[in-house]
Amino acid sequence: MSIIAPVNQPTQPVEPEEGPATAVIKSWKVPIILGVFTVLGFLLMVVFGRTGTSTMVLSTSSDLIQLPDVLLPTLPTGIVISILLAGITGFSAWMVQTRRKVPLWLISVFGVLLLIGFLTWASADERIPVPGLLFGSLSLAVPLIFGALGGVISERVGVVNVAIEGQLLAGAFTSAIVASITQQPLLGLLAAMVAGVLVSFVLAAFSIKYFVDQVIVGVVLNVLVTGLTGFLFSELLAPNAATLNQPPKFERINIPLLSEIPIIGPVFFRQTLIVYIMYIAVAAVYFGIFHTKWGLRLRAVGEHPQAADTVGINVTGTRFWNVSLAGAVAGLGGAYFTLGSVGAFGKEMTAGAGFIALAAVIFGRWDPIRATLAALLFGFASNLQNVLSIIGSPVPSEFMLMLPYLVTIFAVAGLVGQSRGPAASGKPYIKS
Amino acid sequence: MKLELRGITKRFGALVANDDINLTIEEGEIHALLGENGAGKSTLMNVLYGLYRAEEGEILLDDVPQHFAGPGDAMAAGIGMVHQHFMLIPVFTVAENVMLGHEQVKAGGRLDLAAARKRVREISDRFGFDVDPDALVEALPVGVQQRVEIIKALSRDAKVLVFDEPTAVLTPQETDELMNIMRQLKAAGTSIVFITHKLREVREVADRITVIRLGKVVGTASPTASNEELATLMVGRAVDLTVDKKPATPGAPALVVTNLTVIDPLGQILVNDVSFDVKVGEILAIAGVQGNGQTELTEALMGLQPRVVGEITLDGKSLRGHSVRQVLDAGVGFVPEDRTRDGLVAGFTIAENLMLDRANKRPFVKRFNLQLSFLADFARTKVTEFDVRSQGIETPAGRLSGGNQQKVVLARELSRDLRLFVAAQPTRGLDVGSIEFVHERIVATRDAGTPVIVISTELDEVAALADRIMVMYRGRIVGIVPGDTPRSVLGLMMAGETPAEGAAA
Repeated sequence: MSIIAPVNQPTQPVEPEEGPATAVIKSWKVPIILGVFTVLGFLLMVVFGRTGTSTMVLSTSSDLIQLPDVLLPTLPTGIVISILLAGITGFSAWMVQTRRKVPLWLISVFGVLLLIGFLTWASADERIPVPGLLFGSLSLAVPLIFGALGGVISERVGVVNVAIEGQLLAGAFTSAIVASITQQPLLGLLAAMVAGVLVSFVLAAFSIKYFVDQVIVGVVLNVLVTGLTGFLFSELLAPNAATLNQPPKFERINIPLLSEIPIIGPVFFRQTLIVYIMYIAVAAVYFGIFHTKWGLRLRAVGEHPQAADTVGINVTGTRFWNVSLAGAVAGLGGAYFTLGSVGAFGKEMTAGAGFIALAAVIFGRWDPIRATLAALLFGFASNLQNVLSIIGSPVPSEFMLMLPYLVTIFAVAGLVGQSRGPAASGKPYIKS
Repeated sequence: MKLELRGITKRFGALVANDDINLTIEEGEIHALLGENGAGKSTLMNVLYGLYRAEEGEILLDDVPQHFAGPGDAMAAGIGMVHQHFMLIPVFTVAENVMLGHEQVKAGGRLDLAAARKRVREISDRFGFDVDPDALVEALPVGVQQRVEIIKALSRDAKVLVFDEPTAVLTPQETDELMNIMRQLKAAGTSIVFITHKLREVREVADRITVIRLGKVVGTASPTASNEELATLMVGRAVDLTVDKKPATPGAPALVVTNLTVIDPLGQILVNDVSFDVKVGEILAIAGVQGNGQTELTEALMGLQPRVVGEITLDGKSLRGHSVRQVLDAGVGFVPEDRTRDGLVAGFTIAENLMLDRANKRPFVKRFNLQLSFLADFARTKVTEFDVRSQGIETPAGRLSGGNQQKVVLARELSRDLRLFVAAQPTRGLDVGSIEFVHERIVATRDAGTPVIVISTELDEVAALADRIMVMYRGRIVGIVPGDTPRSVLGLMMAGETPAEGAAA
């Protein structure tokens, strides 16, 4: 698929130049993928197009400023969008032909257009509540974001954290019990962090101290936590649901002014405490990793532990405590299941969120902000499925259930390409 | 600062890496620690730097005994180290690398990068280093990376600076510059420990020389000692530093490479439009500093590189785009540069390693069955022929010394009917005895009429073996010159300068 094209002329004399010479490899991957989606979109929106009018509702009933609904004629919108998609595909093919890199924003525009087209098609003669769709996306993304932050911290320090799922589940379980007994959601939150740390301790001890393969420890931990919480749920929580599994949920807090901004306000600023903690956590982890002493050392240990050792940084200790911190952060995400959204613990209630969070870490290239955006994308895919099944779209619900995972696979496999993670991630540091 | 090591003994299991070593380095002195690979020099310095804990002995700075629990303590006491494999984080900037471990922070915990930049510039200016504090380390040439290591040590006010094999990765010109830096440091009062196995460098810059062999101090020498005296002390017997070699009688070109370009997955050109040939009965040495495309060039010859344009023919038949199996079957023998990673399977026995690339057909395999008795006979013959010292052909290859491992690789490759022999870094990390043996076999292969390519970063080896020398720089051929080209010319070529007219062969 790739054609090699050296940029430099063959007979050019040797001349001193800074940096290695580079050649652009023509890769038709992007235009081909875009082309396939354009054809699929055309088939869906035009060939099998539906007639009618799609309504996008932009405001909730409680908003101060009411935006008017947007009415889109279904078939013409599909035609316009198909043309735009074909245009972008052609443009990307032209860019590859002239040896230019297809920019990420162009692919993003393509994705958004395809999404609008699909939504319009699916909601012919129906109403799509846009704030509700986005609000739900954020809700579903909260545990993913906490999990991804935990993953970023852990991988940046050099330990692959496959146990995010276990940390989330342990957090959800513990917070449910503690909050039920004490009737204090805040204590439940703390307990979730402790539970996450405990799972991390096992991961850290086996992978850092005893050099057991980190992925294997992580997988085993997930199975262990799933089994343990499942057992305790059937034996302990289910019979005593009233006393042990009825935690008080966090109340929604509307932030004055901010919560009145159209669309953004209802989505971001009418949330529970956990979500506000998440905003702070994302910013703090980003600032911490890239602008503080803690972050510099953490990254050094994850990139080149021996170099860190030779400047007097305790590699083992740094790894151990940061993996624990990662567990605490992921545990918070677990608490969101019980104290933020559902309101009770259920068997295997995380349902693979930890693995999606892991995908978000890689898709986000080990960067807290990008990982958060990736988690939001996955949350959106999940919620889209919910909303479409509620308004009764013609797509089979079984297919829609696959959507979040399809998006994950495409995102990680297709778009990440050869991104470079922390060099020493997954490798134990064995001092000789 | 005066550094004294008293009776240092360090064991790894049954192996005694350092045996009662005594060493004194006076203030403002360059003290060379000379010894072969594996003599225990680096172990000793890692003990000094707090990376290893010695079983016996003590370390004194200005006559005060020290106890280092880790490198942090050693650095605090004023010991700095320039490691052989640089201890720099490739994705960090120079300033970040220098500040790592003793970071200054501003209010709010924000890293004070400005202070670190200033510190880098100060030291850089003092020694005329010309290092940009904001450059990413991975983007810097190796010589500059080494200066970053020196800056790193000096930024912690090191009074004793240890250079561990600092010239292994440098061009001759960069080596000269490093020698000047050492003299400058010495003039500023820094004590320097200079670890090396290269005799010429020692005699050029050292004030005193201590020679280590098999973990013991075997003697001291002054820089006025001759190469032969130092080599004899280092190896423990008289050594012949030259290779016996009759003049080459080159025949027709066997391997012809035309306009070969190799590109990595990210689009970097690793080998840039290279054309050359190798004739029957000659040794072509490919010289150059590590990382200038030599590795990728050999991999392309072997069919190990996926993105290759241009043409490779051996005896008129094309090799490009063929699988490794086909290349081997075409009669190409290959000694990879990293024998433990690519040359051997450490857990396999010597015998199994000897048939690694022939497990597909007779005589080693008949009807899907390994012919074990044939293999045993074959292995015994080869072990004797190549003088592999071991406890028998069933010994795992991983337990052999570097020299014996390399002999196993050579035995395997040279026991086939070869049309071309490619040896990458054939003597890296070997003791002098093994080096002599490997060189003899390579010359014998040439004399048997096989075209030979030797890739080496060591000018001594290139000069000893080559009939013609091809110098590579940044993926290109700087020039192909006769085997007796002076070292100074080669040095300039290794830095990318095209040789003067008339020098080309």
